[in-house]
Amino acid sequence: MAPSAKTGFNVHQIREDFPLLSRELRPGVPLVYLDSAATSQKPKVVIDAMSRYYLEMNANIHRGIHRLAEEATYAYEDARRKIADFINAPSPEEVIFTRNTTESINLVANSWGRKFLKEGDMVLLTEMEHHSNLVPWQLLAEQLSLTLEFIPVTPQGLLDLDAFDKLLGQKPKLLALTHMSNVLGTINPLEKMLARAKSAGAVTLVDGAQSVPHFPVDLSKLEADFYAFSAHKMIGPTGIGILFGKQELLEEMPPFLGGGEMIKKVELRSFKANELPYKFEAGTPAIAEAVGFGAAVDYLSRIGMAEVEKQERILTGYALEKLTKIPKLHVIGPGIEEKGGVVSFYLEGIHAHDVAQILDSEGIAVRAGHHCAQPLHTKFNLPATSRASMYFYNTEEEIDRLVAGIHKTQAIFD
Amino acid sequence: MEDFYRELIIQRYKTPHFRGVLDPNDFSYEDDNPACGDHIQIDVRLDDNGIVTEALFSGEGCAISQASADLLIESIIGKSIEEIKALGKEDVLDNLGIELGPVRLKCALLPLKVLKAGLYGLGEQEGES
Repeated sequence: MAPSAKTGFNVHQIREDFPLLSRELRPGVPLVYLDSAATSQKPKVVIDAMSRYYLEMNANIHRGIHRLAEEATYAYEDARRKIADFINAPSPEEVIFTRNTTESINLVANSWGRKFLKEGDMVLLTEMEHHSNLVPWQLLAEQLSLTLEFIPVTPQGLLDLDAFDKLLGQKPKLLALTHMSNVLGTINPLEKMLARAKSAGAVTLVDGAQSVPHFPVDLSKLEADFYAFSAHKMIGPTGIGILFGKQELLEEMPPFLGGGEMIKKVELRSFKANELPYKFEAGTPAIAEAVGFGAAVDYLSRIGMAEVEKQERILTGYALEKLTKIPKLHVIGPGIEEKGGVVSFYLEGIHAHDVAQILDSEGIAVRAGHHCAQPLHTKFNLPATSRASMYFYNTEEEIDRLVAGIHKTQAIFD
Repeated sequence: MEDFYRELIIQRYKTPHFRGVLDPNDFSYEDDNPACGDHIQIDVRLDDNGIVTEALFSGEGCAISQASADLLIESIIGKSIEEIKALGKEDVLDNLGIELGPVRLKCALLPLKVLKAGLYGLGEQEGES
């Protein structure tokens, strides 16, 4: 990709910030990393921020009086403020640190769900959910005898909005859906959908694992009651994620996990829960990871999420153009207008695992399988697909190498 | 890598010698590899002495799993139940003539797992891995 004269975006300069991207897998075979929807690579500033935390200020947070504890507490809370700003959350108290998107969703299911849902209540999901926004609701449905309904996915890979309106007529108590599909790449029309769900009286939860990393998300504009995402898919460390929740809902919810930090007062047979957000952060949290997450958000803010989105759109358009020209290759999901940087495809007569294996020999990392969205594959009658997922640090040359790798795969199986 | 896709594996994947179903049969079993969606069914006919006279496989999946199934079936015809019970991972890899990492090993071993589960008639026994 040529440096963009207008914005000064220079992908080659950016790649230098990510040490792993220059790794050669074997002599003369440089890595082409196209698996960022699974986890992104990390820039040196994030790795350094975490090292610096351990080298210079490691201490437990919140209770200590000493200098290190104070610095560590500040660093942890500073990260929370940065992340709250990044998603334009009304206040940092509504931003809860969890382990990841999955834990955030489980927190809502177990805390809000157990208190506010009862037998016969309906939870509305979609057919394109990742397992992490499916199984927590299946577990809860079994325990509380809830009904699960699903907004269908059209053959084009979009949510069927007419069916959605009909389902809203059945008065779901909760709508839980993904902002962007990790398989189809579909970006759902959330503003519209959440507003409709709201007027139908449903509480809303958004799985933002694939959205917050890739385009601007403004929670002051979206009617999301809960919004979940993970650091590791947005150039931050593993082991830390966010649950955003509206204050009035969080206040009403019982704690999820019990332990230190989530309490205000403890007696032998009772406790009084701490205030937000600490009520939901039992035990010593992932402090270094929070610091790393803060550095990741700083880095992304410096580039600008609008710029990240723009670069990925150019790259995705390029990938779609090149891939759809390959005979016997089928891309699943919608066209570029409704799609983020995820291109899932299959080759006639060649299993996705074989595709990924041969691409690996060329240094190209793609995902093969169900991508933790098995029901969606069942729906499209696919055993498994290969998925190339992009981030702002990928280049058109890398897409060219993917295309060459696919040609090689087809030649081996010819 | 080229090793993974030796001529033999590609050839058996594209034109298997033992693909099909046997009905009636003495035992039939099927199973999936949930991580990748590989699916294998194996149907076997035995003579009165417990020797495999005919066997076929069906299903879909990657080249490794399908070629492994085809080569496994070839290797068990004429063998006794006891001989089949003694088959293990090394026999499967010998058939394929390759070394495999932990992820792809599951693909290669699925047919043996299916065969043994069918053989024990319980559907609970796992093949060696």
